[in-house]
Amino acid sequence: MRVAEAWRVALDALRANRLRSVLTMLGVVIGVAAVVALVAIGTGTKQQIEQQVEGLGSNLLIVVPGRLEAGSAPSVSTLSLDDVDAVSRIVGDRSRVAVTVASGESVRAGSRSSFASIQGVLETTPTVFVRRLDRGSYLTRSDVNTARRVAVLGAGVAAQLFGDRDPIGRQITIGGVRFRVIGTFEALGQSLGVDRDNEVHIPVTAAQRLLGTERIDALAIRAPDRERIDTLGDDIVAALGKRHPESDFSAVTQEQILGVLGDILGVLTGVLAAIAGISLLVGGVGVSNIMLVSVRERTREIGLRKAVGARPRDIGVQFLLEAVLLTTIGGVIGMALGISAALLVDRLSPVPAAITWWSLALAFGVSALVGIVFGVVPAQRAGRLDPVVALRTE
Amino acid sequence: MSAPPAIVATNVSRTYELDGVSVPALRGVSLTVAAGDYLAIVGASGSGKSTLMHLLGGLDRPTGGTLVIGGRDVATLSPPEMARLRNETIGFVFQSFHLLTRTTARDNVALPLVYRGIGRRERRARAGAMLERVGLGHRMDHRPNQMSGGEQQRVAIARALVTGPSVLLADEPTGNLDTTTGQSVLALLESLNAEGVAVVLVTHDREVAERAHRQIVMRDGLIVDAAPVAATGPGEPA
Repeated sequence: MRVAEAWRVALDALRANRLRSVLTMLGVVIGVAAVVALVAIGTGTKQQIEQQVEGLGSNLLIVVPGRLEAGSAPSVSTLSLDDVDAVSRIVGDRSRVAVTVASGESVRAGSRSSFASIQGVLETTPTVFVRRLDRGSYLTRSDVNTARRVAVLGAGVAAQLFGDRDPIGRQITIGGVRFRVIGTFEALGQSLGVDRDNEVHIPVTAAQRLLGTERIDALAIRAPDRERIDTLGDDIVAALGKRHPESDFSAVTQEQILGVLGDILGVLTGVLAAIAGISLLVGGVGVSNIMLVSVRERTREIGLRKAVGARPRDIGVQFLLEAVLLTTIGGVIGMALGISAALLVDRLSPVPAAITWWSLALAFGVSALVGIVFGVVPAQRAGRLDPVVALRTE
Repeated sequence: MSAPPAIVATNVSRTYELDGVSVPALRGVSLTVAAGDYLAIVGASGSGKSTLMHLLGGLDRPTGGTLVIGGRDVATLSPPEMARLRNETIGFVFQSFHLLTRTTARDNVALPLVYRGIGRRERRARAGAMLERVGLGHRMDHRPNQMSGGEQQRVAIARALVTGPSVLLADEPTGNLDTTTGQSVLALLESLNAEGVAVVLVTHDREVAERAHRQIVMRDGLIVDAAPVAATGPGEPA
């Protein structure tokens, strides 16, 4: 039997039982749609996070106290501004080193208040990280040296405290201490679940006075070149270790952060897809079931086809194609549904989704495979039917 | 007759195994269907005549004896080879027509050609010609449920003939038809026989059987009488 003819016969058989075919497909449709949508959401989230990490600036090296190992206890920072000078000497350029000491504080302006993430920083922050101002100016070196009480507001904080009014030059209080607003940041949005528009930057010296501490939480260095970034990290960790023999320090690069995040999200996406894949499997069992019913119903037809010269293989191929057609049509509909669902989620919710061609190819391939795997047993049964018995069936 | 015989059965037996019990359906039958033969197999139900027909048509294999269809010993043939033998040598006509219900007359007739690997256009042309031949040129695109029993049986006969078989096996071809329609179906079979196709009728209807050139009477899995129709004795109750 020619292949084209076999397709025609299979399509005819599906059309003859339209409702049943549609219901059988539904299992595959739902499975494929779930796989496509979840993979799209997983991929989209991964891409978004990677962009945000890359958006921090390239050649970034972050130095934190403690060991970055699973199971190690979080450690209290022993880093101080003296260490920053030491690190600056190793890097050879003070403008490439940024620090942060952070604390959540209540910020007030007149009758309005906001709870913000207060970041004590050096004037180098906008060059080390990529941070653009919307209005006004950033902190200066003299602001830092004199612990001047000036602040740069994140877009969210500025909007909450001042609404549409220009905040530049106005007074705010942070933890009850008066500061003057000198600039506002461009809106950045969420990153890794943190609202980055909720930051207020003040000189690190002022922040230490406000918080009553000498410590700083972390150092960030923009390395002069990519090749030297690992040795630079090692040098800095060694120097800090010498200054604080009782403490451990770790340096991580942007690539390492990206790698770890990518791994976690990859596993997460895989698990989600696997769960969705189970529903595809259940859909396959449904196809198998219906194909067995179909073989039984059409026993007489099989008997007749054999009597007029169909080989066991011809009959088997006919039923196998029918199963594959069920699952691939279901797969295509499921893909369309999954794509629509992903696009809707992407547009209507903060969760991003990205559709990749490989996930579609995979979904289509898997749905065809499900048809073959779950169609084989019914097809073999049909092919092996004894024509004498089949013709006698009423 | 110079042509080789279409089917030669020599001491053929067929035993079914039912729950470990051997049930003999045929117990040693020898029979030759010559080219252009017109033969009736008669017998009560359970006499083994259907089993014999299935064997003659290559739908089943004997458990004993030798059966040669179209010059080939079926014992040596694989299932695909048997399928091909059926396709090329045998045409089946059944009591209940066995047409595909959702398929037009033309495509029903063309079905055996599908398994011969013939292209759609030629299939349809040959099927159309064959429908003309059985007098259904005006019913090509009708489905079985739009046709009378007699018409459906003619479609089935056209389907049996479309591959140009040497033997036409008809199992109670008039069983589901009224007398007049049955007569015209038999007349069609006879006109085909006149053109050289061997016809084997399986029937329990004596009147139908007597139209054949010779009769074989079966009882309990054996041929109990084989004679030209003329010799079966006139006046025997039908």
